[in-house]
Amino acid sequence: MMMTNPFDSYKGKIPVKILEEVKESLPKASLKKISDALQTVYKEYQEAKIAPGEAVGIIAAESIGEPGTQMTLNTFHFAGVSELNVTVGLPRIIEILDGRRDIKTPMMEIYLKKPWSQGKDIKKVALQIKETTLKEVISEILINIAEFSIELKLNKAYLKDVGVQQGTVVKILEKSFKGYSVKLKEDSIIMKSRSKQESLNELYKIKEKIKDTYFKGVKGVSQVLPVKRSNEFVIITAGTNLKEVFKLDFVDEARTVSNDIYEIAEVLGIEAARQAIINEVNKVIDAQGLNVDKRHIMLVADTMCSSGSIKGITRYGVVREKSSVLARASFETPIKHIIGASVTGEVDELNSVIENVMLNQPVPIGTGLPGLVTKVK
Amino acid sequence: MDEEYETPIFKKVSSIEFNFLSPTMIKKMAAAKVVTPELYDKEGYPVDGGLMDIRLGVIDPGLKCKTCGSKLKECPGHFGYIELARPIIHIKFIHLIVTLLQSTCRECGRALMAQASITKHINHLEMIRKKKGLIESFDYTKKIISNLRSTNKCPHCKRRQQKIKLEKPSSILENEKRISPIEIRTRLEKIRDEDLALFGINPTSFRPEWSILTVLPIPPVTMRPSITLESGERSEDDLTHKLGDIVRINQRLFENINAGAPEIIIEDLWDLLQYHITTYFDNDIAQLPPARHRSGQPLKTLTERIKSKEGRIRHNLAGKRTNFSSRTVISPDPMIKINEVGIPKEIAMKLTIPERVTTWNIDYLKEFVKRGADKYPGCNYIIRPDGKKKKITDETKEAALEEIQPGYIVERQLMNGDIAIFNRQPSLHRMSMMCHRVRVLPHKTFRLNPAVCAPYNADFDGDEMNIHIPQTEEARAEAEILMQVQTQLISPRYGLAIISCNQDAISGNYILTKHMKFKREEAVSLLLSIGETDLSALPNKDIVTGKDVFSCILPKGFEFHGQSRLYKKDPKDPDAIVKIDNGKLVCGIMDSDNLGEGSGLLLRNLVKHYGADATVEILGKMYRLGAKILLKRGFSTPISDMDIPQKAKDEIEEVLQKAENTVNELIKQYKEGELEAFPGRTKLETLEFKILEVLNKARNETGVIVLNSQDLTSDTRIMVDSGARGNTLNLAQMSGCVGQQALRGQRINKGYFQRTLSCFKRNDLGPAAHGFIRNSFKKGLKPYEFFFMSMTGRDSLMDTALRTPKSGYLYRRLANALQDLKVEYDGTVREASGHIIQFEYGEDNIDVSKSEGGKLNVARILKG
Repeated sequence: MMMTNPFDSYKGKIPVKILEEVKESLPKASLKKISDALQTVYKEYQEAKIAPGEAVGIIAAESIGEPGTQMTLNTFHFAGVSELNVTVGLPRIIEILDGRRDIKTPMMEIYLKKPWSQGKDIKKVALQIKETTLKEVISEILINIAEFSIELKLNKAYLKDVGVQQGTVVKILEKSFKGYSVKLKEDSIIMKSRSKQESLNELYKIKEKIKDTYFKGVKGVSQVLPVKRSNEFVIITAGTNLKEVFKLDFVDEARTVSNDIYEIAEVLGIEAARQAIINEVNKVIDAQGLNVDKRHIMLVADTMCSSGSIKGITRYGVVREKSSVLARASFETPIKHIIGASVTGEVDELNSVIENVMLNQPVPIGTGLPGLVTKVK
Repeated sequence: MDEEYETPIFKKVSSIEFNFLSPTMIKKMAAAKVVTPELYDKEGYPVDGGLMDIRLGVIDPGLKCKTCGSKLKECPGHFGYIELARPIIHIKFIHLIVTLLQSTCRECGRALMAQASITKHINHLEMIRKKKGLIESFDYTKKIISNLRSTNKCPHCKRRQQKIKLEKPSSILENEKRISPIEIRTRLEKIRDEDLALFGINPTSFRPEWSILTVLPIPPVTMRPSITLESGERSEDDLTHKLGDIVRINQRLFENINAGAPEIIIEDLWDLLQYHITTYFDNDIAQLPPARHRSGQPLKTLTERIKSKEGRIRHNLAGKRTNFSSRTVISPDPMIKINEVGIPKEIAMKLTIPERVTTWNIDYLKEFVKRGADKYPGCNYIIRPDGKKKKITDETKEAALEEIQPGYIVERQLMNGDIAIFNRQPSLHRMSMMCHRVRVLPHKTFRLNPAVCAPYNADFDGDEMNIHIPQTEEARAEAEILMQVQTQLISPRYGLAIISCNQDAISGNYILTKHMKFKREEAVSLLLSIGETDLSALPNKDIVTGKDVFSCILPKGFEFHGQSRLYKKDPKDPDAIVKIDNGKLVCGIMDSDNLGEGSGLLLRNLVKHYGADATVEILGKMYRLGAKILLKRGFSTPISDMDIPQKAKDEIEEVLQKAENTVNELIKQYKEGELEAFPGRTKLETLEFKILEVLNKARNETGVIVLNSQDLTSDTRIMVDSGARGNTLNLAQMSGCVGQQALRGQRINKGYFQRTLSCFKRNDLGPAAHGFIRNSFKKGLKPYEFFFMSMTGRDSLMDTALRTPKSGYLYRRLANALQDLKVEYDGTVREASGHIIQFEYGEDNIDVSKSEGGKLNVARILKG
């Protein structure tokens, strides 16, 4: 090894991704050739670098805001498979950038580990994820008015499908309806109140309650759908619950994603949430056939996440964090901000754009940023 | 005056501090005390001590301000004040007042917290403010306050606290008993300065008792000018009306108190005064009826003046009006340069550019003055060194000519080559405002090269655009360097050309490079007509191909490899690969993938190698070449272009028939209950999905048939194949089958009871009854088909109408949130207060508008 690896000497000067690309396209070149190539790449990279003072924020806002007018408003769309509804288009972008906690159509894409991803027991696995209530297990509910008791007929075929004994159902009922005796009798379960006074009304209420009692699966997942993606099975769900899904042993945690950004932030952390914002926005923009560079989306995601928690692009989120009173006042609820500023005696240092526009002064951005230093005799 | 004009701009205001006006301050800054609600005396002269007192500033020409002695427009106006008979609560601070009352002791005025924890919290707050900023500390104060509120025994004097409640809008109750503002004020006075920090209050800028007003500042008259109507009657500003009410009630209250009127009357008047002062600050309080004009229209008081889109902040401060601008209808002219804008002579004669007279240009500028304002290019004004502006007319012309000398400024009319900023609303991105060179032209519209339609999103169905003429050297330099069309060729949104060929220019170049042949003379005349004078690239043959002609406008030595639209269909087609060797188009067709907006690297590479100026030049030639070709050849879309042979018609019929049969089969299965539902769906929903799938597939099949049977040389087809306009779906709909009309991703299900239209049977699930349009546009639509089509048409109109404001708001929020982010000298992206958002812009510091489609094109660089 006479010469040092030319790639090493450019580390830190050229982004790693570009270096790798060069490496790939010159697999067998001599060191001299590589070094020459890197020199030209470096030169080109320097030319393509962003200039200090560039108003990257407003460029990003324009790049996302301008195509917004071209997006469709159609709230629902069918995601690849025709059975599930997904929010797409402008409403979805608004939802993400607002930083809304409850999104319209929460979804997960659950990837599976090896034997299951090839389709082993796929239906059973899917059913294990779906949140089921007793409604599905019970084929019939009868109310015995004479004895003030409820008789539940079980759906045996279904029980067999999910592999649950009748006794389990009894246990669930006992747990959730304390004060009732639950007895198994052949194919049906009979429930009776232990207290003497019992009204019929109460019984009806209990009947409805039984139907909605949690039975099995992951809470929050209302629908499951196994789909074949290239050469493996993926389970798409309506409703999310990453934390619980990760506990299941057949789930590939590394690839499973949710479209609920807050949930991702909670379960996987803020960096994952940032990436999720980028991915979700990208997904919408791609689906609409629009072309927006990832850097713009990144910048928006970074702005939303830089404080360590998700802040929406609203007056309660990112805009509230601004240091300038006038900048906040010029956005929304000006009176509130001015009143607040008077109480705290806030000082606006006029560091950002809008205040200086208001005062007819040069803005500290772009060509307004540099000043001349000169010796005064 | 002139000296000041010349001095460079420096930052005059370095910071703004917000404070509350204390009563002493109000009195100190006041020029007059207002004591009477009268405005004018019998002669129409402002009354002393009235609201229009001339000590408060002047709004009438001829009068002089008593305070500063200046005339109208020079006097900025001065504040006055009134002494309130009884204290009044400032409505905007009512919540703060309630919080303070709830959190402090009613007896000793201390915060309801032991001294030790007060110090602890204050220190903690100070730390948060230093470390995380003011905003974070607000969150902490909120916590402290909720803590204080729940305390009901004072730790300092051990007194029990009463429950204090706000009864909206402005009464405060203690144990269901109202406490008077006087009482509130005395309690607030007792709060110590040291404790105020707990509430995030800075005692030097705000003392709680100040929010119970004892004096009220009267804004200067200049802030509320009255207008004189044609009849000579005066119409006062809304604020003056409101202040009149306040002063009147205040006087009444004084009189009643002095006369010892019963408490009940005083209370009523006091409440009335409270109402008037409240509505003076904000006339849009939920529980109060808004104060109205006699006509019933609500008054616009202080808050309404400031807030919302039409308020002071957004309408007058963040956005301003301008002179030296013009607006008219636009029309296209491909023969002017891309970076030019055609300006009607009439407009050019109104807009001016100031030029300073020096010994070197005095003769040149005198020529303009000599021609006067009516002869182009003339001069409309001259400005004397003392700043006096003189209009040039036939009478003043001679005098001006005599007078003019170095130091004067001549405002000459707009000429060719001057700089203008051209703009079309909505200005959604920076390419919506570009700098063009002026080209004075006859007629009355602005002319622009259609190549710049894309960045402006303009068309010529009546669009209007604006121009602005920068007036200073600095502005012109900045416009030229940063905003000129050349500098905006590459969109910062995706790093590809946004100014490019479109429409006719694409179909023209497509035809040219596909199969055209010329006689040499023809080619020469064509090239000369588009402004290409260097014909050395034309091969010395009698017959030249279109590719040769196109090569002539490319720079010598240009290397490019790319793909044409054909590549996606058939990569082996000889024209699928675009290859330019040494500035010569060897193979490939020029279509929208290379010439069009946001696609292909041809234009991008031209910019990279030959610079923006040369590219604009080449692009202009390309555009003209395309347009000229079409002029020469003729180009039209006759209805016969939609004709397809009988065989194809039969095939389409067959496909549709088959699809309908399938659908009917599905319906039958459904009705017999044999259809298996998708998981989580009902049977009906499953049926709908399946029908949609079948019908869409059928429509696509007819599209293929149409494409395969159509005349490939028809102009309509050329447009589609070159990517100039239209797509294959449009073709299929015109000659094949329009297809399924969908509302919200479903077939049409609205209408009458159990059916969509009265011409169908109830519960008909068939294709036709739910919006499948079997016919083509050429063939004509059945009435019900037409109706279904109008339904989806209306739906999409609604969609557009609802989307625009939504996306507009999203855009405004994004722009507001991100406008302060900039790249610092150290390469980090920071916001205004210096917080780092990104350590490296976009993780690699690459400027999208300097990249090739968002990337550094390693493959091209390595090729050399």
